[in-house]
Amino acid sequence: MIEIKDLHKSYKTGSNSLHVLKGINFNVAEGELVSIMGSSGSGKSTLLNILGMLDEADSGTYKLDGVPIKNLNEKIAARYRNKFLGFIFQSFNLINYKTALDNVALPLYYQGMKRKERIEKAMAYLDKVGLTPWAQHLPNELSGGQKQRVAIARALASDPKVLLADEPTGALDTKTSYEVMDLIQKINEEGRTILIVTHEHDIAEMTKRIVNLKDGLIIDDKKIDQVKALQHV
Amino acid sequence: MFDLERWEEIFDTIRKNKLRTFLTGLSVASGIFILVILLGLGEGMKNGISSEFERDASNILYIWTGTTSVEYKGLNPGRNIRLKNTDFQTTAQKYENELEFKSSVYRIWNGVVTYKKESGSYRVEGVLPDYQFLEKSSMTKGRYINYSDHDNYEKVVVIGNRVSNDLFKEVDPIGRYLEISGINFKVIGVFTDPGGEREESRVYVPLSTGQRVFNGQNYINNMAFTLEQEDNFEAALAASNKFTSELEQFLKEQHSIAPEDDRAVSINNSLENMKRFYDLINMIKFFFWGVGICTIIAGIVGVSNIMLIIVKERTREIGVRKALGAEPLSIVGMILHESIFVTAIAGLVGLIGSLALLELVGPLIETNFISNPSVDFGIALTTVVILIVAGALAGFFPAYRAAKIKPIVALRDE
Repeated sequence: MIEIKDLHKSYKTGSNSLHVLKGINFNVAEGELVSIMGSSGSGKSTLLNILGMLDEADSGTYKLDGVPIKNLNEKIAARYRNKFLGFIFQSFNLINYKTALDNVALPLYYQGMKRKERIEKAMAYLDKVGLTPWAQHLPNELSGGQKQRVAIARALASDPKVLLADEPTGALDTKTSYEVMDLIQKINEEGRTILIVTHEHDIAEMTKRIVNLKDGLIIDDKKIDQVKALQHV
Repeated sequence: MFDLERWEEIFDTIRKNKLRTFLTGLSVASGIFILVILLGLGEGMKNGISSEFERDASNILYIWTGTTSVEYKGLNPGRNIRLKNTDFQTTAQKYENELEFKSSVYRIWNGVVTYKKESGSYRVEGVLPDYQFLEKSSMTKGRYINYSDHDNYEKVVVIGNRVSNDLFKEVDPIGRYLEISGINFKVIGVFTDPGGEREESRVYVPLSTGQRVFNGQNYINNMAFTLEQEDNFEAALAASNKFTSELEQFLKEQHSIAPEDDRAVSINNSLENMKRFYDLINMIKFFFWGVGICTIIAGIVGVSNIMLIIVKERTREIGVRKALGAEPLSIVGMILHESIFVTAIAGLVGLIGSLALLELVGPLIETNFISNPSVDFGIALTTVVILIVAGALAGFFPAYRAAKIKPIVALRDE
């Protein structure tokens, strides 16, 4: 599903150049649940942003579902993001003046889907994350866990190939974190490929594979026995 | 533009950001409102001053005399200059082909006019038949003084509407006699005058009669002339100025007045005055336009400011939208669409509000210098369009920049 070869990325800060990714080689097969770990500054968020086409690599190749991702202009990047990717952010990033339902329906709007169809589909995904009663609520009327579940429903709405989650539990307490992880595990079990960036070990343990990043290089990449989040809830 | 989904999205945003929308709209609406009101006032002032000039013939030249202020040819200053019939006759003959209407005026002072028990003090003047046209009077009853009256020293009188109403009440004054300072005159006509009550409270007798009956000898107080019509205002003004200076020179020679003495003979040149007034009006209109345009600019700056804030405030939202698959163009489109929609509606509200105000209040304004303030609808609509375009332009750059922001940067913006 994801093929990355010799990926480099550096940032220019004034006269200094900061080499963040120093040659990443990395493959993800369909249906995997991968966590990317590393201390801050290890380059894990940068990697995720490049995977999410939110940022572009300096060199190296990146193929997503067999499609080479390079030299994208904004328009094509936007289309690919909409088609291939679903994002889950630490700070949820819901649009605060739209209801939960409208938030979930937004990626479908950008797919050019008609309103009625959009709402139906969004409703189904809200149901999936267990928030049907909250469909007409604004984000600030929801708890952190609920917000993240809306965000997950939104990420799923466009039926993406890969879900990218940047510290999805970073803003949640432990119990809520596990609930969210449980949801993510369930979605994964349906066959969806999911990448999670986290620095929390217990969260990483709940994935099927842990990739460790340090100073812009993968130092460790191993499959693990998944811990079911449900046990902790 | 006609994408229904886009409209839904816009209305959604507007509905949920009422204050923001209201503030944007307010600055636009008030800008247009003020501009249109100012333009309307400018037009009203023009109308008002124009109507001031409609009281008398627009190109009337009015000549009167005073006392000399400069010693000349051994004559002391302070001499009282009085015009005579010969002054008028000579002028009339000399300029026979150039003059349209001409009349001399003999003013009868302290003219108390009495009909039975009613009496009043009115301005009584002996005039020639042309005076009707110089004053733009028109007859409501009877006729004006004619040359036959003048030649035969007839004791006839033409009275203004106001005089008729004051003295005769309901009675038809034609053919009845009234007394001017104790002498009987027969009423032959009643006139109305665009100058209003002031000019309708006048009483005219034939010049010859006035001079003879009231001991005026061959003296006259004023002369009034109009020149033949010219093709355009500039030519008329030039002819008028030429005539004025020649006449002034002639009268000064006749009465041994120093050429530099500007107190002894005065000539009121309406066209010259009119030009001055129109220059003033144009200045005022220019000023109003200036103020109006500044107001519009302030409105545009306001809109741009709000647009900047909106874009800033929505940076994160834009990042989210882009991450969800919004193309840059759709972001620019969304923001512009919203701003154009809001400015258009607000502009029209301001336009309609101000036009309604002008329509409702305009006719109620009754002063000498403002009448019927109104504004050209086309001009008003144009300003609205300009405002919308300017607002869109002002909104475009921040929107474009926002669309350029990488989603990752926008999302990082806490």
